[in-house]
Amino acid sequence: MPLPKLQRIGILSDRFAAFIIKGSAFVAILSLILIFVFIGKEALPVLTSPEVRSEASLSRLFLPQVHHAGEAAEFSWQPISDVPKYSLFPLFIGTLKVTLIAALIAIPLAVAAALYTSEFAPSWARETIKPCIEVLAGIPSVVVGFFCLMVIASWLQGAFGWTYRLNALTAGIGLSLAVIPIVYTVSEDAFSSVPQAFREGSIAMGASSWQTASRVVLPAAMPGVLAACILGFGRAIGETMIVLMASGNAAVLSWSPVDSIRTFSATVAAELGELVQGSPHYHVLFFIGAFLFLLTFVINLIGRWWVGRLQKKLQGAF
Amino acid sequence: MPSNWSDRTELKGKAMQALTALACLIIIAIVAIIIGNIVTYGAGKLSWEFLSEPPRDHFTKGGIFPAIFGTAALVILMTIAVIPLGVATAIYMHEYAPKRSRLVHFVRLAIQNLAGVPAIVFGLFGVGFFIEFVGRGIDRGLYGGSLVYGQPAIIWSALTMALLTLPTVVVATEEALRAIPANYREVAYSLGATRWQMIWRVVLPQSAGGILTGGILAVSRGSGEVAPVMFTGAAYSLPELPVRLHNQFMELGYHVYVMSTQAFDVEATKPALYSTVLVLLMLTFLLNFTGIMIRARIRKRLRDGR
Amino acid sequence: MRNRCVVLMLVSALAVALSGCGRGPDSGEQHRPVTVKGSDTMVILAQSWAENYMKEHPGLTIQVTGGGSGVGIAALINGGTDICNASRPMKPAEKNQVRSRHGKDVKEIPVALDGLAIYVSESNPIQSLTEPQIKSIYTGKITNWRELGGKDARLVAYGRENSSGTYQFFKEHVLNNEDFAREVQTLPGTGAIVNAVSKDPASIGYGGIAYASGIRVVPVRKDEKSEAVSPSLATVKTGQYPLSRNLFFYTIGEPSGEVKSFIDWVLDREGQKLCEAVGYYPIIQK
Repeated sequence: MPLPKLQRIGILSDRFAAFIIKGSAFVAILSLILIFVFIGKEALPVLTSPEVRSEASLSRLFLPQVHHAGEAAEFSWQPISDVPKYSLFPLFIGTLKVTLIAALIAIPLAVAAALYTSEFAPSWARETIKPCIEVLAGIPSVVVGFFCLMVIASWLQGAFGWTYRLNALTAGIGLSLAVIPIVYTVSEDAFSSVPQAFREGSIAMGASSWQTASRVVLPAAMPGVLAACILGFGRAIGETMIVLMASGNAAVLSWSPVDSIRTFSATVAAELGELVQGSPHYHVLFFIGAFLFLLTFVINLIGRWWVGRLQKKLQGAF
Repeated sequence: MPSNWSDRTELKGKAMQALTALACLIIIAIVAIIIGNIVTYGAGKLSWEFLSEPPRDHFTKGGIFPAIFGTAALVILMTIAVIPLGVATAIYMHEYAPKRSRLVHFVRLAIQNLAGVPAIVFGLFGVGFFIEFVGRGIDRGLYGGSLVYGQPAIIWSALTMALLTLPTVVVATEEALRAIPANYREVAYSLGATRWQMIWRVVLPQSAGGILTGGILAVSRGSGEVAPVMFTGAAYSLPELPVRLHNQFMELGYHVYVMSTQAFDVEATKPALYSTVLVLLMLTFLLNFTGIMIRARIRKRLRDGR
Repeated sequence: MRNRCVVLMLVSALAVALSGCGRGPDSGEQHRPVTVKGSDTMVILAQSWAENYMKEHPGLTIQVTGGGSGVGIAALINGGTDICNASRPMKPAEKNQVRSRHGKDVKEIPVALDGLAIYVSESNPIQSLTEPQIKSIYTGKITNWRELGGKDARLVAYGRENSSGTYQFFKEHVLNNEDFAREVQTLPGTGAIVNAVSKDPASIGYGGIAYASGIRVVPVRKDEKSEAVSPSLATVKTGQYPLSRNLFFYTIGEPSGEVKSFIDWVLDREGQKLCEAVGYYPIIQK
């Protein structure tokens, strides 16, 4: 006997809804996979196409090249030139410098602030700093870059008299502003998740507030704090606008923090507009994009693995 | 009686505590300086005229209405694309897919990864795939080769931003779905509901707060990110508002970038620049604030036992 | 209730968006804007031209974007623009790429003149610079103002991104195709260079003459024996100023229709008068 009409409608609409949902999910998932595939596909000619390799093969990207007969081999990024030069090394050093500077500033500040908020702060202080961090997190990176370019750069040059107004340090300071919220939030979560019993036990044994915080809570929350640092690091590597506006964009190969730098993401942002489809320059930029992809993937992976191991170790101890 | 040794450690403890408090203070001070600086220099030019007029005289006069319109249009288009897709993906992964599905595990991995990918890589994808591949294809197929979609356009920027914010929406929705107790679903089934009826009438209403939070996070990010739209559709000076999907558009964040770095006379446009930054900031904060308010209200309703 | 609010919001947003799509073409005719893309040096000039031309011809839209001559040329090759602004001539290889992709040759149309200016801060007293000196500065061989007779101060050189036609022109004509020194700070636009130079007393920069405000323009000597020449209409027209150059429009094949009318207007008296108002020099004087 056929089902009553209402029930048939119910079943049909259920099937229809399932179809729509599965279809949409399929489209979304496909798009995500497509990003990986497409960027990889456009980066591949650097490894495979002979035409691209004559200008920008892997060895040219990573090893020093002799550009002028008789001179020493050097690393140089000058894609628009009679002899295009595609060494990634100056870009790598630039990215590394600014990320390290940002991490060195942001991580101590954010972890200390998180510790204060979760362990020592009176509730009125807690209610002040948390919204502050949310405000900081909400500031778009282009605004941070603008502030760096207009205010911080002039202020620093006025105070220290550096040669270059836009350099790794200026960009690093701006970058740290973008990293602080992430490190703070995850660290603070980690600290609050430490069971209250730990603190009570420590105080019962005569430890002071600080001793409890530094010798009991901090070690117990270490996996979370490390996760925060790694997340912050990953954010710093990929940030584009702040570095684009405040770092000088010069592919300088030096270890000085007050020299200008050129990072991977800023390079892509600066040169994406002038790409002729299919040219070696085009494929090299996609190669950089794929490289950034891989880099953030590896960092996330290492982070999760490391944090997982630490968690097991700490759980074993307790 | 505390001994000398105790005094020193106590002092050290207090000093370290003070240091952590100092860290907090530094952060608060930085935020205050930035906001203060922008409000001080930006409030001057802020007026109804500034918000509603198009720019004149190389941006030294007039207002930034086209940029506000463009940002709003971009965000609306992006939301239309990302919310249905993101929510559907999360619902599929949580409600429909088999429990130990490898596909789901793989998709979660992909989403976690994409959340960390630099925004400019999405821009690369937008240019290389949407504009050069899809856009060019549409032009060849529908317009006989003339240039309509194979160039920067608001639709491509919106789609690029939608991909960028997809992970946020999926994660927020999944969290909201997970927060619903299993027996809610079982009760619905026991009353004879089909899976879709259960989702539509039980799961979705309960998770609406989380979905909205995810949506607002996405929107707030969409209004502020510049790197993905730089080459996929944003332009510095356009005589017309974007009314077709294949138009370019002016955007607040992109405008700030170009005005700070490439303007004709950076000193003369400084007041307008600061005011634009202020408007962008106010917009972002308004969105964030709305999101927080909605989240708080939803939580309150759930707590009071709706 | 909440559900319905959400749905209502989404539906109304959808309606707003779709209303944009569904709207019929204006005045029954499908006109798409004329796109002009490329040189940052020329962008202010092109914007002036576009604004004035659109005032006289309502209903027509001209869209101007900058980014650098390289961006415009790439767009021309990719088929993404009607007119390409370029502050340097296109290279033969680039012209070939256009021919192979579109089957037509480019049309090169000089539309204005520029004297590429050398900027220093207003407090900098340097009297003049020879071309070889400028080359040494930008290839990194001169690093201190002391070597040029000035104070003992480390020289900071500002330049453009490699997508810039000005960058290319400078490289070819001043550096004789040698590479820029790595330490040259790359900024995305001439405006940014002028801004940076005006704030930095030990700096030097280069760019179109129209951007020169708030800084000093240094007279240039071709070599040790020549006279120092400042850029002006007279010296640039005769080529007496060593760094004079043409500013170009490029199109794929002969321009036609609205594009042609615009270009004709630019080359006519009104368009050429605007050159001087913006700060460049007209190429055609009537």
